[in-house]
Amino acid sequence: MVENRPFAQFMAYLTLVIGVVVVAFPVYLAIMASTFDSATIINGNMPLIPGDQALENYSRTLFYGGKQAREPVMGMMINSMVMAMGIAVGKILISILSAYAIVYFKFPFRKTAFWIIFITLMLPVEVRIYPTYKIVADLGLLDTYMGLILPLIASATGTLLFRQFFMTIPDELLEASKIDGAGAFRFFKDTLLPLSMTTIAALFVIQFIYGWNQYLWPLLITTKSSMQTIVIGIKKMITTTDALTEWEVAMTTAVLAMVPPVLVVIFMQRLFVKGLVETEK
Amino acid sequence: MEKRAHFSGWTLPLLLIIPQMAITVIFFYLPASQAIWQSFLREDAFGLASEFVGFENYVSVLEQPEYYRALVTTVIFSSLVAFFSMSVALLLASQADKNIRGGHAFKTLLIWPYAVAPAIAGVLWIFMFHPTLGTLARPIRAVGINWNPMLNGNHAMILLVLSATWKHVSYNFLFFLAGLQAIPKSVIEAGAIDGAGPIRRFWTIIFPLLSPTTFFLLVVTVVYVFFETFGIIDAVTGGGPAGQTTTLVYKVYADGRLGGDLGGSAAQSVILMVIVIALTAIQFRYVERKVQY
Repeated sequence: MVENRPFAQFMAYLTLVIGVVVVAFPVYLAIMASTFDSATIINGNMPLIPGDQALENYSRTLFYGGKQAREPVMGMMINSMVMAMGIAVGKILISILSAYAIVYFKFPFRKTAFWIIFITLMLPVEVRIYPTYKIVADLGLLDTYMGLILPLIASATGTLLFRQFFMTIPDELLEASKIDGAGAFRFFKDTLLPLSMTTIAALFVIQFIYGWNQYLWPLLITTKSSMQTIVIGIKKMITTTDALTEWEVAMTTAVLAMVPPVLVVIFMQRLFVKGLVETEK
Repeated sequence: MEKRAHFSGWTLPLLLIIPQMAITVIFFYLPASQAIWQSFLREDAFGLASEFVGFENYVSVLEQPEYYRALVTTVIFSSLVAFFSMSVALLLASQADKNIRGGHAFKTLLIWPYAVAPAIAGVLWIFMFHPTLGTLARPIRAVGINWNPMLNGNHAMILLVLSATWKHVSYNFLFFLAGLQAIPKSVIEAGAIDGAGPIRRFWTIIFPLLSPTTFFLLVVTVVYVFFETFGIIDAVTGGGPAGQTTTLVYKVYADGRLGGDLGGSAAQSVILMVIVIALTAIQFRYVERKVQY
């Protein structure tokens, strides 16, 4: 602040505290709901302090599942984890390799290749869902991890991010490596990869969250309940005729679904912010 | 931009670029071109044969009153979410930018909803405002409003706007905070010396200097509401009651999956593609302007 105004300081705190409370309240309520039995929630007078059913709810949800779905949430979490990791690792792998080729090599159609990849930036998966579904079905990838992962890594963000970063690396490094007799593989492994570690980690954080939170695509291509991701699973728990919704299981699942990505954001905040700011450029 | 030094040879770079190319062609170009092709075809009731019908699918889509209703819903939904999520985020960011103790902790406490899946955000809010058991629905009903988002389209839309805004404030907050921190302190001090109070300084100095960030966030938020809120809508309302919260993207899904009208669904997809490309083009023009700025 330019001038010292205690009142303005106080208002700043007040606004921020109200903001934090409003932001946290829905999640607080979900955590509370995961500690009560079904009857307490349904009668509409759920207390705002924790109940005593937490252990029961979490163990039942994780290892048994709801009465309707009968699918342990543990399995769904494993599916989500495989999908999120697959998307993050897969995207980093293909995009760092193609960015390396585009930036550090001269080959025919290099510009064309770059544009072919670049255009994919413009179209999110939501607008081409049915044709993509058909192709995945023709390839026999329905209900497989490959089918969940591959269509979602077909986009340009990673390649652009690495290209942008490689462009900031001084040419002298490559010249020096060449003089020292390093080939393309050596230069990549010993010089480029160590320099790219922060960029890789930032992209990983963003892609992990993106993958974990996917909804429409897994909803379309998973038919077996054993292949469900947790975000799809919770939606199914709620739509079965309203009166039968087991809210304590649903809310326990919601809490479990939030834990991994939220932990990633909180503990890797610096990388998360970096990734978010740079992939949007 | 070009690198001065290069490796020679072209087999290695081709090998490096093949994985990305293959995935892009198979899962992007093929489906995108099929969507365009399919939008000119009509399938019979059993999906066995299809004939070329020209622009008929587009005409019939554009003749549907439901399509315009979805368009209006989308416009209302995105303007409300853009307005609320951006103004709340700007308010919070301008407070967090003040030199107060614990500013960093507030940042952490405000950005994590970004990590919550849209569908989960929807579930959290429907639980809070559920007509019979929602903790916050009870006080609303107590003052005599017959709150029921399952039956009342306006209530359903309010709930959608609240959950979509809740999830997106964190993103806008982060970018506004970065934008505010990039404004040189000397400019603000100069304003203070000239006798401008905090509110005057905000509207005449800070807000105009933030305009590139604001514009960028506007485009990103609109794209977010168009596409990523699919999960929220599907979890909270399923497009209902009576189609009153069906947006353009939700309609593509509902017509193709539930209605089986693949040609019409493809035509809608193509229209959406055009909208997205226009939005992206606007954003890129803006990025160029920012470089000169």
